[in-house]
Amino acid sequence: MASVPLEHLLLLSAVLFSIGVLAIVIKKHAVAVLMGIELIFNAANLNLIAFSQHDPHLLQGQVFALFVIVIAAAEAAIALAIVIKVYQYFNTVNVNEVDASQG
Amino acid sequence: MVLTLFYVFAFLILCSALLMVFMKNLLHAAFMLLITLLSLAAVYVLLMADFIAVTQLMVYVGGILVLILFGIMLSNRGDNLFIRSESSNVAAGGLLTFLLLGGLVYIIARVGFTQLPWMKQGETLASTGAKSTLHGIGINLLSNFALPFEVASLVLLVALMGAAFISSQSKLK
Repeated sequence: MASVPLEHLLLLSAVLFSIGVLAIVIKKHAVAVLMGIELIFNAANLNLIAFSQHDPHLLQGQVFALFVIVIAAAEAAIALAIVIKVYQYFNTVNVNEVDASQG
Repeated sequence: MVLTLFYVFAFLILCSALLMVFMKNLLHAAFMLLITLLSLAAVYVLLMADFIAVTQLMVYVGGILVLILFGIMLSNRGDNLFIRSESSNVAAGGLLTFLLLGGLVYIIARVGFTQLPWMKQGETLASTGAKSTLHGIGINLLSNFALPFEVASLVLLVALMGAAFISSQSKLK
């Protein structure tokens, strides 16, 4: 059974990371920015699991990927709470319009 | 077979991630993120990471995506039928991203990760013939990674309390 070449996985992860950065840079809606952050977490996870494939005895990459997933869950909960609070306060979640000096 | 499936799912991942960025309707973008996460879980299965794949399904698809949908619903003004997700600075952001991607691809092509000494030690996960990584991960979590495991539980508790406090009715001022 042929396994996937490491370089192709790293390239896929690099492209996924770049798309996440693109979403963070250009999107106006705060939730869309969060979705870009999730893409970046997933790119990191893909790298960790790709390298863990060649590390049979310790599985360190896969265990670390689990911790990344835990951090991503905590981050999503906190960030969406902040988004909802910002919406209550400014009545918008457009990151270009949220400005404390206008509040 | 594995390679063909990998390229199919890699294509799905990249297409749905790009569509996620350029979708006008934010709900459709969230559904594209769902396809990305599901295809990533499939890639994890191909990489012999069955437990991570199941965790990806449960935590990302079952948890985080539902949270994101809640966030979209609760931050909707109600005056528009579609939740628009507009973009700004597309040209400059695209150029920045393209440069970043070029740098990453250059590094990946240049370094040659497969030439690392520990990569060439012969035995890989596929050649050990293990049915599941669950046993190894369980042993690791409670031996080598016991401290990070406990700290992760603390982080989840603090995040739960923090999210409940931030979104409660206390005034921001």
